[in-house]
Amino acid sequence: MNNKNDDTYENEIYAASQKELIWMRFKKHKLAMAAGIILILMYTLAIFAPFFSPHDPYQRSVSYKQAPPQELHFQDKEGNFSLQPIVYPYNKEIDMETFKDIYMEDKSNPTSVKLFVEGYEYELFGLFKSDIHLFGTGNKNVPIHIFGTDDLGRDLFARIIHGARISLSIGLIGVAVSLFLGILIGGIGGYFGGKIDLFIQRVIELVRSIPQLPLWMGLSAALPSNWSAIQIYLAITIILSLMSWTSLARVVRGRFLSLREEEFVIAARLMGRNPLEIIFIHMLPSFLSHIIASLTLAIPGMILGETALSFLGIGLQAPVISWGVLLQKAQNLYTIANAPWMMLPGLFVIITVLAFNFLGDGIRDAADPYSK
Amino acid sequence: MSKYIIHRLLFMIVTLIVISVISFVIIQLPPGDYLTSYITQLRSMGTEVSQEQIDYLRQQYGLDKPIYVQYFKWMGNFLQGDMGFSFAWNRPVNELVWERLGLTLIISISSLLFTWIVAFPIGIYTALRQHSFSDYFFTFLSFIGVATPNFLLALVLMYVSFKYFGINVGGLFSPQYAEAAWSLAKVKDLLSHLWIPVVVVGTAGTAGLVRIMRANLLDELGKPYVTTAKSKGIPNYKVILKYPVRIALNPFISTLGWQLPKLISGSTITAVVLSLPTTGPLLLDALKSQDMYLAGSFIMLLSVLTVVGTFISDILLALVDPRIRYI
Repeated sequence: MNNKNDDTYENEIYAASQKELIWMRFKKHKLAMAAGIILILMYTLAIFAPFFSPHDPYQRSVSYKQAPPQELHFQDKEGNFSLQPIVYPYNKEIDMETFKDIYMEDKSNPTSVKLFVEGYEYELFGLFKSDIHLFGTGNKNVPIHIFGTDDLGRDLFARIIHGARISLSIGLIGVAVSLFLGILIGGIGGYFGGKIDLFIQRVIELVRSIPQLPLWMGLSAALPSNWSAIQIYLAITIILSLMSWTSLARVVRGRFLSLREEEFVIAARLMGRNPLEIIFIHMLPSFLSHIIASLTLAIPGMILGETALSFLGIGLQAPVISWGVLLQKAQNLYTIANAPWMMLPGLFVIITVLAFNFLGDGIRDAADPYSK
Repeated sequence: MSKYIIHRLLFMIVTLIVISVISFVIIQLPPGDYLTSYITQLRSMGTEVSQEQIDYLRQQYGLDKPIYVQYFKWMGNFLQGDMGFSFAWNRPVNELVWERLGLTLIISISSLLFTWIVAFPIGIYTALRQHSFSDYFFTFLSFIGVATPNFLLALVLMYVSFKYFGINVGGLFSPQYAEAAWSLAKVKDLLSHLWIPVVVVGTAGTAGLVRIMRANLLDELGKPYVTTAKSKGIPNYKVILKYPVRIALNPFISTLGWQLPKLISGSTITAVVLSLPTTGPLLLDALKSQDMYLAGSFIMLLSVLTVVGTFISDILLALVDPRIRYI
């Protein structure tokens, strides 16, 4: 009996294509799967940010300046447990000794949190207009700040997921640029070998020996101050990729060196295809999965780079929202001692970077045909 | 060997020339020349600037000459130790740079030592206890260490030490020593403040190195010579420490090359957060106020430090590992 089952199992494996094999190996990597799901969630939050945020990220509120996160109470108005949580609005008092704002829950006014409530009006992708939000109180006088507010009373949760739009996309675009540079330059080195390769290796070493951050700082501080937010965004992306293409180029070069002696490459060369065509049409597909893994591992560096530059105040600038810009507010001891929730964007940075690392490791293991 | 050293030396010089061009470009990037903004600044403060003075300054900095002449002039002065003039501080750049560069070096080198001292035992331990709880624990920790940006770690440390110990961990000196001349007491004071930036800057590198050490040692442990040594009855610790660890140690030296740029970068931003009197905050200020001579010189000097460090690590690696070929 067992024998038969084994046979069908083996047949299945035998019939599996390369893609299916990779996917099967990847599924076994639990941590990478979890990381993948977290990233999908993050990107969903970012793409549909206005829908998920109960408040307009730019809307200020005088009575909720630097208010701590509001607690969700999972009980109904009589105090019994209920799945529908309630929040209490805050009453602000001023501590006469320290002149700090103290926020007290106004227990007399419990408001239940509802799903799909009407709120501020927004536009998605410039196409749809809507005012439905995933959650909220539906009551203009009772806000819901699950992550607290910043010093101008803006909802931190809304700002974090709006910031994710920039912080998460800058990694993707930056990696695309460095991928192009990496494949082009690493490919040329690996394809031609010899002196050209030696020269490119030296250039890569040279770029790697420059301390990244000071150079990034120098370049981004030199951006003209009258540029628009989008121009700055693109420029920062390019500055970030200027340094990080090197590791991709190394990976590509290594693969090329081993591939260029293969028969199908020699055949293509003998048939008179030009080098660029051979690189992009014949050689690239055979190590695509490996490249994808390296790409995934390169994204966190970009995200951290943007965060660091914006944090220092020479990257993206307010009113643009990115995680680095948000963290800029948490720069001094006074703020982090009084409003530690201002460090929450940092938590998002760490989770995202971790997730990309785990995902990249998983893809790399899965894509390696020699792994067990 | 000497051929190898000469090769590396030549390469180092080329690298330095390229970096000097980049630094010079950064100096030149802001619109208008710095002299114009300096003169505007002087005039706005009510200082009269005569045409003669302007001409004199222009000539002194070679601003009336084509750009490549300006570069060579800047480079020539730089090599003689004259790094230009900081308009924001109204002082020569040299004076500003040296003390801060020293402290940057102290932090970077201490961080490097910290990285090694911590990563070395943990790497060996996790490799020997593969798949144990402690292995997973340290692996997890090192993942977090790699994922946490330096400045965030600094912020969290600042918050924790303020909240639970009531102390402000910023700075490198206690107030009474900040302006004092160097003395034994001041050095002690420095050491008591130094550990925070060192831990912050060193964490990411430590995490990476633990993983490399562990992987290398695991590779070595499976090799036949280890089995042979064990079967001959050599005590376990001796077998491990004498052969495989020695080979697994190579990355400690070979990664020096990329550790240094990272450490210098890391200490730059950490210094801003912890307001240390090192190059970081001064570089940031210089960039923000477009005090370009100061900024360019900093970038140049930091790069020189890194490149020289990399050069030394390459030579060390060639000395330690006889398998390296001298090309």
